[in-house]
Amino acid sequence: MIDLTTLEGKDTEGKVRQLCHKAAHLHHGFPDLPNVAAICVYPTFVKLAKSLVADKGIKVASVATAFPSGQSFPKYKIDETKEAVAEGADEIDMVISRGRFHQGDYAYVFDEISAVKEACGKARLKVILETGEIGNLDAVYFASQMAISAGADFIKTSTGKINPAATMPVTLVMLEAIRDHYYETGKMVGMKPAGGISNAKLALHYLIMVKETLGEAWLTNEWFRFGASSLANDLLKQLVKQETGIYQSANYFALD
Amino acid sequence: MAKTTKNTSWDLSPAPESTGHVTIDKRYDLFIDGKFVPPATKKYFKTINPATEETLSEIALAGEKDVDKAVKAARKAYDTTWSKISAAERGKYIYRIARLLQERAREFAVIESLDGGKPIRESRDVDVPLAAAHFFYHAGWADKLDYAFANSSPTSIGVVGQIIPWNFPLLMAAWKIAPALACGNTVVLKPAETTSLTALKLAELIRDAGLPDGVVNIVTGAGDTGKALVNHPDVNKIAFTGSTDVGKMIRRSLAGTSTRLTLELGGKAANIVFEDAAIDQAVEGIVNGIYFNQGHVCCAGSRLFVEESVADEVIRKLKHRMNNLIVGDPMDKNTDVGAINSKDQLLTIEKYLKAGEKDGYEMFQSQVAVPKKGYWCRPTLFTNVSQSSIISKEEIFGPVLAMQTFRTIDEVIDKANNTPYGLSAGVWTDKGSKIFNLTTRLKAGVVWANTFNKFDPTSPFGGYKESGFGREGGVHGLSAYLNLQG
Amino acid sequence: MANKKTTSPEGIAVMKTYKLFIGGAFPRTESGRFYPIRNGSDELIANVCLSSRKDFRNAVVAARKAQAGWEAKSAYNRSQIIYRIAEMLQQREELFVKEMKDLGYTDINAKEEFSASVDYLVHFAGWCDKYVQVFSSVNPVASSHFNFSVPEPMGVVAAFASNKTALLGFLESFVPAICGGNTAIVLASEDLPTCAISMAEVLATSDVPGGTVNVLTGNRKELMSHFSSHMDVNGFVIWDAETAASIEIGESASENVKRVKFYESEDSAVLSPHRIMDLQEIKTTWHPIESISGSGSGY
Repeated sequence: MIDLTTLEGKDTEGKVRQLCHKAAHLHHGFPDLPNVAAICVYPTFVKLAKSLVADKGIKVASVATAFPSGQSFPKYKIDETKEAVAEGADEIDMVISRGRFHQGDYAYVFDEISAVKEACGKARLKVILETGEIGNLDAVYFASQMAISAGADFIKTSTGKINPAATMPVTLVMLEAIRDHYYETGKMVGMKPAGGISNAKLALHYLIMVKETLGEAWLTNEWFRFGASSLANDLLKQLVKQETGIYQSANYFALD
Repeated sequence: MAKTTKNTSWDLSPAPESTGHVTIDKRYDLFIDGKFVPPATKKYFKTINPATEETLSEIALAGEKDVDKAVKAARKAYDTTWSKISAAERGKYIYRIARLLQERAREFAVIESLDGGKPIRESRDVDVPLAAAHFFYHAGWADKLDYAFANSSPTSIGVVGQIIPWNFPLLMAAWKIAPALACGNTVVLKPAETTSLTALKLAELIRDAGLPDGVVNIVTGAGDTGKALVNHPDVNKIAFTGSTDVGKMIRRSLAGTSTRLTLELGGKAANIVFEDAAIDQAVEGIVNGIYFNQGHVCCAGSRLFVEESVADEVIRKLKHRMNNLIVGDPMDKNTDVGAINSKDQLLTIEKYLKAGEKDGYEMFQSQVAVPKKGYWCRPTLFTNVSQSSIISKEEIFGPVLAMQTFRTIDEVIDKANNTPYGLSAGVWTDKGSKIFNLTTRLKAGVVWANTFNKFDPTSPFGGYKESGFGREGGVHGLSAYLNLQG
Repeated sequence: MANKKTTSPEGIAVMKTYKLFIGGAFPRTESGRFYPIRNGSDELIANVCLSSRKDFRNAVVAARKAQAGWEAKSAYNRSQIIYRIAEMLQQREELFVKEMKDLGYTDINAKEEFSASVDYLVHFAGWCDKYVQVFSSVNPVASSHFNFSVPEPMGVVAAFASNKTALLGFLESFVPAICGGNTAIVLASEDLPTCAISMAEVLATSDVPGGTVNVLTGNRKELMSHFSSHMDVNGFVIWDAETAASIEIGESASENVKRVKFYESEDSAVLSPHRIMDLQEIKTTWHPIESISGSGSGY
């Protein structure tokens, strides 16, 4: 359920290649380990990533809409989305306009999400609320409802670029919004907490929260993802420890 | 909810708390005058683990002679040492108790769960830390009592007799012993007969703290032991926490005497959810209010009142939440709801469940599996109950919630107050002015607004009407253990 | 290898360098200056730092940084930390008694003052979660409002410790401040500074967050105007001031309406919650109590 991510100003083709390799070869000691759910990159790397992972059952997610700030003209955000999809993105991770949200322009925020959803075509849309900038839990719930009504396939906590990123309270509120929507309409929406979940134990806490709030049907990568980069290695360390009973060192798990 | 498509098992793995580091002796004697001494009755009774029905230990049965010995020891300690040392020194002894309890926290938590049935997560995270905090807070009052009561020349009372219940054994011991000692009194304490172990361990700890002999004495036993303590002529004050029936008996016994008395008895608290409440959080508060500690809580929110316009939503969410509560082995860290404390209590609860069904109310119980041995009751909800039904009126003392709808503020306040009890109440609304409207008019000693079952040594606790009189904790709680002039 | 002893009669002991205590660390004075403390036999006890206004400036920054976190701790937590200081101090009686004797104390006076210091800490540890109850109120206003008044810490408090004692006076200069959620910068006694620095070492091992208490050594006269004029210091406490000083302090403190308190070791009650309240503000809050039938009284 991990989206392996690289979203840095200094990303290069080389970096993306290495990440794609890792996505499909997590650890030589566990050949049967499933691959990650997706690779998440900037739009200009979608084509390359797709060529490397599509045949491995790994999806390519692209950020779009002037990630991470969202502060740009609507036309460019829609065009960016369309191009990323044209290059082969299976999923689009968009950001909402937090500035407009704080101005009270809720109709603008809603319409923007709808337009991006339309531009996605067949690609699934994840809507990033950037909860660290939203500021309070009531507003997070409201933004969640808005994103879901506007067509989000997934709602996502954060860009991972600011603190606080994902936290358990914010995630719980978003899961509750998804649950309430399900009760009203019968439709499932996915959830992705991103940023700050760097160890397996914490990830387990989140999974239990999903299980108790939404139920086991959501515990697949079709409806739940962790947006994480260092989580994968910690998971591998824990798996090895579970098998051998010995505490592990980072030296034995590839850093890429 | 939607059906599962994969066949991965998402059950929680067992997470057992380790118990190997804990010692429970085969047999415990009475703690009198700084030593463990065998009872004059020569009798012992068993204490069992209600989750497994296994015997944990044998506890001494104190008779009248034993109680008399204990009171004499307390009197001697009061006259010769405890009232003679400086107040600051008294405080320093009590600080030692607090710190030693913090050092041995895990051991006490494990024993509390084994002996009483409450989940280890609760004894570890709530009972033991609060007990230590109680000692710590009160230690600091010992040399500051002049500030607590202005112009009142506070002085100690003498020997106090204290009888505590089985629902929070160690915490109740702390609530009683800490203020008594801080105010300069000496103590004879009788724990509940199903949960004596942590009180006896506390006695060992008090000995390690170096408290002078006789300042704290523990006499174990059942109703008769308590009676002997209440009726002893040289006890200056009685403090009792337990059932309303026994509280009334004690009050009758002490009629006409000069023995001071405080009572903390039962309750049937109203937990009120308004339409403008944060509903998901209100649901957590409802669950906490009645299923925490298996509902063995005097201030449990056992009568749920939901504004009719949101009743369906609240009930739906509540049932969903109840289905996720894990009932089982108290020593497993995943457990939310532990074992019922005794067979007797389980029979009492089942009696009320039958009565509720007989009255025709819809009963919902979570579908969780429970172990074969031990005493268990699944979290239960009766919906659309009426004010006059027995399950709305009488204290069940189990994980059983009776729910009614209401329409206006005046209506729900009247119904909430329409009870001989008055220990606590809960109010759930996001509107501040409404909160204070309710809190000013609810006849309860503790009102929780947008929260429930919160305790702190600084916060006074106690009831109105048949829930008892007197307060424990905070400045107000000290007065029960002092003579105040002026 | 031959048996290595740390302080054998034949071997020489390692002399302690007495530094300042700022932000939880022990830096030297940025000025590089010192002044010597010698004992009755004219032996050098310590070259103590002669702090500069820049050291004070840095200490204020550290104290301000630590203040929000210290205030945000529960009163119970602060209470436990101050009790922990007493726990850590109690074990070090021998060290402190020796230091006091080097400063001219008799054995009996040193032991008495040490014992009183431990008890002083225990006493104030017990105030942290109680002074609020004693000095707060719910006010029965004549309108339909819930109205309550509570004390709140001022923020950053600077202090001149008494020059009359080595240890107890030092504690008296800041414990009430931190008890009440303030953070502090203390200038230790000029003539008896060494115990204050050793006490800072005790603070450093007592779970006291860095910056909560900062300790400088040096010259009162030189630092007075900086302590009293600093715009980011909320309170200033002076023990046993010289008469002329009080005028100068009062005037320069006016710039930011700093709260100034003068205490005399002879008169001022030390084991008193009023020492805490001297460094608190009072906040009163109102909230309406709704009443459909019309207005009513408050609580």
